[in-house]
Amino acid sequence: MSVLAQCDSKETFVLNLGPQHPATHGVLRVKLTMDGEYIRQAEPVLGYIHRMHEKMGENRTWAQFMPNTGRLDYLSALSYNHGYVLAVERAAAIEVPERAEYIRVITVELNRISSHLVWFGAFILDLGGFTPLLYAFDDREIILDLLQAVTGSRLTYCYFRFGGVYNDIEPDFITGTLAFIKRLRARMPMYHNLVTKNIILVKRLKDIGFVPAEMCRKYGATGPVLRGAGVAYDVRRAEPYSVYPELDFDIPTHPEGDSMARYLVRMDEIEQSMRIIEQACTKLPNGPVMAEKAPKIIKPAKGDYYAAVEAARGSFGVRLVSDGTNTPYRLKLRSPSYSNLSLFGEASRGMLLPDALALMGSLDLVIPEIDR
Amino acid sequence: MSGYFAEIFSGTKSLAIGMGITFKYMLKPVVTVQYPYETLKMPERYRGHIELVKDPETGEAKCIVCGMCQRACPSGCITVAGDKREGEKKKVLGKYVLNFTTCSLCGSCVESCKSGAIKFSKEYNLASTRKEDYILDLLQRLKEQR
Repeated sequence: MSVLAQCDSKETFVLNLGPQHPATHGVLRVKLTMDGEYIRQAEPVLGYIHRMHEKMGENRTWAQFMPNTGRLDYLSALSYNHGYVLAVERAAAIEVPERAEYIRVITVELNRISSHLVWFGAFILDLGGFTPLLYAFDDREIILDLLQAVTGSRLTYCYFRFGGVYNDIEPDFITGTLAFIKRLRARMPMYHNLVTKNIILVKRLKDIGFVPAEMCRKYGATGPVLRGAGVAYDVRRAEPYSVYPELDFDIPTHPEGDSMARYLVRMDEIEQSMRIIEQACTKLPNGPVMAEKAPKIIKPAKGDYYAAVEAARGSFGVRLVSDGTNTPYRLKLRSPSYSNLSLFGEASRGMLLPDALALMGSLDLVIPEIDR
Repeated sequence: MSGYFAEIFSGTKSLAIGMGITFKYMLKPVVTVQYPYETLKMPERYRGHIELVKDPETGEAKCIVCGMCQRACPSGCITVAGDKREGEKKKVLGKYVLNFTTCSLCGSCVESCKSGAIKFSKEYNLASTRKEDYILDLLQRLKEQR
């Protein structure tokens, strides 16, 4: 008998989760129809932090939209930078020097690790454990310092340019990055001992919060949510871009589809990102970091262009429609968290409220990216 | 019944491992910077708000009032004005105001500047409760630096 059938009473009440709630990580409101402690229906209410990023794109030049991309998902801003420059480079047919591509990969993967570390800390915080957050932030701080030395900012990066990157990396950055990877490798067993193997975490996550592959397909969920349902879909492999085809890495999947599977996928992704960075650091060629022929004023030919990247939360797509002028005619941003959140209503039906919050945490939502 | 005791055992084991890690780190040195007493040196490329660069020869601002930064800015937070003075070949900078409330520190202005007349400052202690504190008169700041 399903949980819902067991508690089939007629009396329900509406519970507002958010828009200001620590577990929603931002201004997300979820209207929950509750039957006691069980969720009958969950309806995410969006739009509290809508900033019209797409419309802003239509009102400024192609290059001027760059800082906006870093503000969609503040935790992995460089992936969003990457998606946008990739789309514009495709539209304007700009070749990117190889060194710049490698620098992009190294910085994006570092950013992915930092994003996963924040998720790791915040997720455990949602479940009631405070300590792992501090360890995760200790490691993340080193990444922020490394990226700050290169990009000049700590969170909302604006480092990539059409045809390359803003400025070259220093040798210090490479040695610092490799030292950091060595450190994080040594710390990973500690994380697994402290958190992954912890009996409380296992009991909270295992066999709870199922998001099967079929549901992911229905709602368009991507990233660790989809890979946690056993589907090995990763934009870096499915629609290769940049220098990812030259790098050797696996796509971690866990077929269970529960909250634990999504947790494990992200932990494995940290390891894979470390592998990518190491390879990219060894393969890093010399040369320019900016295409010599990159035009100062971008005016892509009339047409419709699309580019997608694998951001920390899933597939981030940029669709550009150019009418040949120096501003985009239409700029559509496809953000992963929006799709990942959409399945929450169906996935959480019949769940206990605390379990549903664990499910929400395992989706790794970033609200500014959902609302855009 | 055996499951009950197995759970107690595994729970205690988890707890012991967790506490072990905590005690191990408790004896390690502090990793946080004790902020008001200690501060960090900002890296070379740190992007604070922009600043005018002084021409070492004349002691005046290097800016030639071309207005490129103003046009490059996505949020329109730079206002530049200059006038032509008698006896001078180039325009002389009369006003350079940065509205830091809308600046997103993207660096487009610094990138667009052909004459290298603006740079990023290393300032980050910019907390204030008044909006006027963020309307920065950069020319005035340059004069005060002397």
